Amino acid sequence: MPEFLQFLFSGLTVGAVYAMVALGFTLIYNASDVVNFAQGEFVMIGGMVTVFAHAAGVPLPLATLLAILAAVAVGLLLHALAIEPARGASAVTLIIVTIGASIFLRGVAQVLFDKQAHGIRAFSGDAPIVVMGAAILPQSLWVLGGAVLTFLALWLFLDRTVMGKAVLATAANRLAAQLVGINTRTIMALAFGTSAAVGAVAGILITPITLTSYDAGTLLALKGFAAAMLGGMGSPLGAVLGGLLLGLFEAFSAGYLSSSYKDAVAFLTILAVLFLMPSGLLGRRAVERV
Amino acid sequence: MSLLAADGIGIAFGGVVAVDGVSFSAEAGKVLSIIGPNGAGKTTLFNVVSGLYRASRGRVTLSGEDVTGRPPEELARRGLSRTFQNLQIFSRMTALDNVMVGRHLRERRSLLADLLRLPSVVRQNRETRSAAEELLAFVGLAERGDAPAGALPYGALKRLEIARALALEPKVLLLDEPAAGCNAIETHEIERLIRQVADRGVAVVLVEHDMRLVMAISDHVLVLAGGRPLAEGTPEAVRADPAVVAAYLGPQGGRWREAARA
Amino acid sequence: MTVRFPSSRALTLLILAAAVALLPLLFPSGYYYRVAALVWISGLAAVGLNVLMGQAGQVSLGHAGFFGIGAYAVALGPAHLGVPPWASLVLGAVLAGALAWLVGRPVLRLRGHYLAIATLGLGVLVAIVLTNESRWTGGPDGMRVSRLVLFGWRVAGAETWYWVTGGALLAGTWLALNLLDAPTGRALRALHDSEVAARVAGVDVAAYKLRAFVIAAVYAAVAGSLLALMNGFITPDQAGFLHSVELVTMVVVGGLGSVAGAIVGAAVLVTLPQLLTLFQDYENALLGILIMTFMIFLRDGIVPSLGAMLPGRRGAGAARAA
Repeated sequence: MPEFLQFLFSGLTVGAVYAMVALGFTLIYNASDVVNFAQGEFVMIGGMVTVFAHAAGVPLPLATLLAILAAVAVGLLLHALAIEPARGASAVTLIIVTIGASIFLRGVAQVLFDKQAHGIRAFSGDAPIVVMGAAILPQSLWVLGGAVLTFLALWLFLDRTVMGKAVLATAANRLAAQLVGINTRTIMALAFGTSAAVGAVAGILITPITLTSYDAGTLLALKGFAAAMLGGMGSPLGAVLGGLLLGLFEAFSAGYLSSSYKDAVAFLTILAVLFLMPSGLLGRRAVERV
Repeated sequence: MSLLAADGIGIAFGGVVAVDGVSFSAEAGKVLSIIGPNGAGKTTLFNVVSGLYRASRGRVTLSGEDVTGRPPEELARRGLSRTFQNLQIFSRMTALDNVMVGRHLRERRSLLADLLRLPSVVRQNRETRSAAEELLAFVGLAERGDAPAGALPYGALKRLEIARALALEPKVLLLDEPAAGCNAIETHEIERLIRQVADRGVAVVLVEHDMRLVMAISDHVLVLAGGRPLAEGTPEAVRADPAVVAAYLGPQGGRWREAARA
Repeated sequence: MTVRFPSSRALTLLILAAAVALLPLLFPSGYYYRVAALVWISGLAAVGLNVLMGQAGQVSLGHAGFFGIGAYAVALGPAHLGVPPWASLVLGAVLAGALAWLVGRPVLRLRGHYLAIATLGLGVLVAIVLTNESRWTGGPDGMRVSRLVLFGWRVAGAETWYWVTGGALLAGTWLALNLLDAPTGRALRALHDSEVAARVAGVDVAAYKLRAFVIAAVYAAVAGSLLALMNGFITPDQAGFLHSVELVTMVVVGGLGSVAGAIVGAAVLVTLPQLLTLFQDYENALLGILIMTFMIFLRDGIVPSLGAMLPGRRGAGAARAA
């Protein structure tokens, strides 16, 4: 039983990170039909900037703020310099553009920072909390709590503010949104910026547990994408569900089957979803138009 | 002899019934025109008959063989060819290459031979090329063979699609609005082409809006409205049918009189 | 109809043969033979990938997986199964082709970014397996590869490998060019432009896509085998995501659909990091910029853009460019 709980908690913790990455994917995909491969780099920036700013003497809370701002800036630049100019290109072209951006950001991080793995001290200490025989890190609670807060904030934004409604409108039908006066370019920039912020927060929260490095982004992006696909591309709730499920799949298969193939779980999930239920758990079924 | 027969075709998309109980028969050497107001289900019917959509009910028979639900590649193998309302040109290939693709089923196809460029492939290329050139000449595009198809004007592309469809040496040819967007001269060209094709013994089925063309060229006309058959018969009979005039052209019916004069 | 002589196919082969034959005259040291051999090897993989991406218009973000299969085949065959390297090369190609044939049918039914992600996933899975099964493959540190011995002649040395890989590229290019002016090539290019119209013309679109996929896989596997045999060593990152992205970049930069372009793209991507050895740390950043710039602004790629600039090659010539 304690083993099971252990896997459950570690699965939920890493799942929360995947959920946040997936949410970022979904936001951008909804606003612009772009599958943003650089999503993982936002998480990396969140962790790395925090580490290096803090090491340079900046107090931790301020460092995290800086990290989030840096990620948002990168997100906005990505939109303005790479996505906007490529508008109208095919879906595959856009994916390759974002892959290029991801590699570029990784390359810059490699030079700007270094190639080592880095950590931050846990926010409320390292002493594990023992629940029914399972040891839970306090940082895990931070991650889960932070994720919940992010989802709530996002939900409130999308559901309760005019700007949020504009994002939803753009996602539903870009042309119609333009016709009612919504500046879709601003909305897309907003989507990128918000995605970046969400990613950065995830990075900051998880770094005390998993450490971060210049190349932490790629695998995260792929897993976040798997989560988004599992939940249903385009559905925010699906992204969260998919992320948590993927985290649990990984933790349980690593625990009970083989830990060296942990990373394969995400890719097997992608393939399974694509072949068995392409619209994912909560995605809308694409209607074959004439 | 009926080369293509559709029997009670019905298809719906979600809750929208696009075609409801349509039947027709196309004979060798004859031209059947299917007309009707926009949204009457004409192109949808074509898409069902040419294997792009699967009908919810009904049968399609080609030369007596039941081909309901078979994919387009298979129908092509059995001698069915079509053109598209919205032009499906291979725009990055030359006009000649477009027609050469139409010869695909008439070629012996071996990956190994192609990779090694065996003499048989070189010889076959020559044959395919000259057959394609003949067809380009037939539709009046002889000089445009080397032009990238994407650069050709609209009217030329309409004729190119016909050439490509004919390259198959089909028994049945479906033409989806061949004269759409064409001026009077181009339409006349199309009319001449269709007549020549039918004279070769091909069963031609036409979806068209150009009434003058329909009246001039059809042996038989089928009128659809709202996915259902409204009237059927010779051009003259259909023209005179008050239900058709009302459904299609509203109370004026002026264009019919115009067509009668033409 | 005038016969265009020399055809652009023959011209491409001629230029490539001349390049392979004459380049060594410019080489100041043995190091250059090695770099050029790397270009020929990557070019071979890129030419194959171009058949899939440029001609058939599909996408594969996991192509390095096949490269890795070929590479590890020549490593594992002699080391664990007692199969001589040349036979292992053939086996690797067959294995890659068989795998492509198996997964190709379901995967190629997908479109757009779904196809991209599926192939990406497959490629990464191959890399993961190669990395994890360390008892067989030596794990992340890789494994040694025994030298190729053909009829008692030990194939070794940068110069020798330059000629071997150059010959392989010439052969592969000849095959790929032949495809263009043949029913298969026409069918692939047709389905690229309009699957519907191709099907209506009788082209078995699914079968041809699969054929392109298998061809591309075999090319990559042979290229991978050659690299492993040349280096005497192989690591699992050769099957990894980054390498897959590099391969795609080669094809795109050189010009999708252009056989010559694939080779040019390979040359660019292999030599650029070599030219910047001082800035080795900037490799990733540069690759990223290259990808973004070409995909956003120069989507046509190098060779077709150059071809369009030549007088008289506009229109027809460009459309039929090899």
